[in-house]
This record gives sequence, structure tokens and C-alpha cells, in this order.
Amino acid sequence: MWKYWKYLLPVGAFAGLLVLFAVGLNPKRDLHYLPSPLIGKPAPEFTLTDVLDPSRTVSNRPLAGHVYVFNVWATWCEACREEQHTLLEIAQQHVVPILGLDWNDDRARAQEWLRELGDPYSGVGFDQNGHVAINWGVYGAPETYLVDRKGRIVFKHIAPMTMQVWNTQFLPRIAAARRGGA
Amino acid sequence: MRAVRRLVAVVGGAALAGLMFGAPIVGAAAPYVDGELANPALQARYEHITHRLRCLVCQNETIADSDAELAAELRSEVRQMLLAGRTNPQIYRFMKDRYGEFVLYDPPVDAKTVFIWGAPFAFLLIGGIVVYRIVRVRSKMPLDEEPETGPTP
Repeated sequence: MWKYWKYLLPVGAFAGLLVLFAVGLNPKRDLHYLPSPLIGKPAPEFTLTDVLDPSRTVSNRPLAGHVYVFNVWATWCEACREEQHTLLEIAQQHVVPILGLDWNDDRARAQEWLRELGDPYSGVGFDQNGHVAINWGVYGAPETYLVDRKGRIVFKHIAPMTMQVWNTQFLPRIAAARRGGA
Repeated sequence: MRAVRRLVAVVGGAALAGLMFGAPIVGAAAPYVDGELANPALQARYEHITHRLRCLVCQNETIADSDAELAAELRSEVRQMLLAGRTNPQIYRFMKDRYGEFVLYDPPVDAKTVFIWGAPFAFLLIGGIVVYRIVRVRSKMPLDEEPETGPTP
């Protein structure tokens, strides 16, 4: 019998291919999902003009030592419109401040958006050339980050925020970030 | 699957918005610069680097080829770093730290990519061994008799 082991090689190779295809061609696999290398790294600091009032600035520096949420949006992003009511609901809970980043947008249009849909943010930075967004590794709005007390990015959600994501992904991590960390 | 479609919709929406509103936004305050760099050496490096970085929203294009907003922003970022005197490795590092190894079209050889880089050589070696063994076995066989060349006269 063992004289013929060689004949099992093609069978083994075929089984290997099956596994490769099952993983590689799985239609449920999200090819656009890219794990962020910034998880666990310090959140990039930024200071930008306030989207509502260009004479004022918005920065994440005063939030050092606090847990906060950082949400990237734009008026050209339809999915951002979709998540706005969820963000308002989250803001109502007063759990953490939500810092906003208006990415690559038109200021007047963004102001109208906030007036029309409501403003859940503690402040919105106006990132016209995408410099801050690139620093945070943003590649598609909406993206929502969670930053812990030590200023590290703990979690990143790429898709519209929903109450389910908030309750299952964010709230437990916020509680953990508050328990741990100085 | 829904997430994919959403993202595609987002990207599509962005592209559409860019088409519809691009002109007035750029006219308002030129968010980023494009066009040739004055220094030809820098321009050559700019071309080299932007052809080796992946556009994250249109994953099979380099940022040099892509029309996506994000690609334009990344190109602008590369220009600014070149003008600030950064080296090529520093620029690749900057992108890798923010977007992961996936942005690099030439992934470095490490534990995760060693299979990709090594596979061609491994297959060549396997093929070589197979050919060597076949040749060796055949060469030990007795020579065939002269093949028949049609009916003998």
C-alpha cells in the first residue's frame, strides 16, 4: 500500500486547492475591509478650524486623558446621512464626547447639513485638504474611532454607525477603557 | 456583502459628488495641488513613488492612476513630503504606518509575505527535482531498438 503513496499527492494537492478557494472566493469575505495598523497606536493630534465658525479652532488636545469618539463624515457621503440620527441618539446618552471631522468638504454645505440634520458633535474640525484624515488612516467615510484615556486608538468602525454597533462594540470598550488606564 | 455594497455606494457617491461639485470646491480654495514639480529630480521620485502606492478605495489602481479623491489627497501628501525633503523610505513608512502594508505595491519580505516571494523559487526547485529524477531513471534504461522505419525492402 505505502508503495503507492505518490498517488495520493494529487488528491492532497486538490484538497489544498479546495481550502484555498473556499477561503479566497468566499462571497461573504469583505474585500474592502482593511484592518487599521493604527489600532493600539497614539491617536494623531490635530487642530483645525471649526466648521461652524472659521475663527475658532477644534482640536483633540483638550480631550487628552478622556475617552472620546472621533467620527469622520462629509456631505458628499450618503451613508453619513444615514448614521446621523444614530449619532444624535448616542450624543443624547452623554457617555463620551463625539469629535467630528468634516473631510474634504464644502463649508457652507456642511453648516447647512448640521442645521438640517442636527449636531451631535462636541466640535467638528474642517479638514479641507484631507491632511488630518490621512494621518488617521481614513479611506472611506463614515469611519468612527474610539480613543482611550491614554490617547490610543482602541477601535475603528468603517460603515455607518448603528445602535447595535454602538451597544455591542463601543459601550463595552468604553467601559473597559474607563476601568483600565490611569 | 451589504457592507461591501455600502462602501461601493460611498465611493461611487464620492466620485459623483466630485464630478458634480468638484469644480466649485476647487475654485473656492484649491484644497490640494496637482501638476508637475519644478525640480525634475523630485518629479521623477514623485512618479516613482505614486506608482508604487495603492489607492485604498479602488484597490487595483495606484494612486498615480486613480481619479478618486483619496488618491488625489495621497498624491498631494507625497508631494508635500518630497518638498519637505523626506526620503523615499520615510514616505513609504508614513503610508504603511497609516494604511498598513496593503498600500505598498512591493510588499517587503517578512514572515507574512515570504510565501509570496519564495513560491516561484520553490516551484522551480520542485520542477527541477522532478525533471532530474525522470532524466536519471530514463538514462539508466536500456536503449530502445532501432525504431522501425517503414516496411523493409
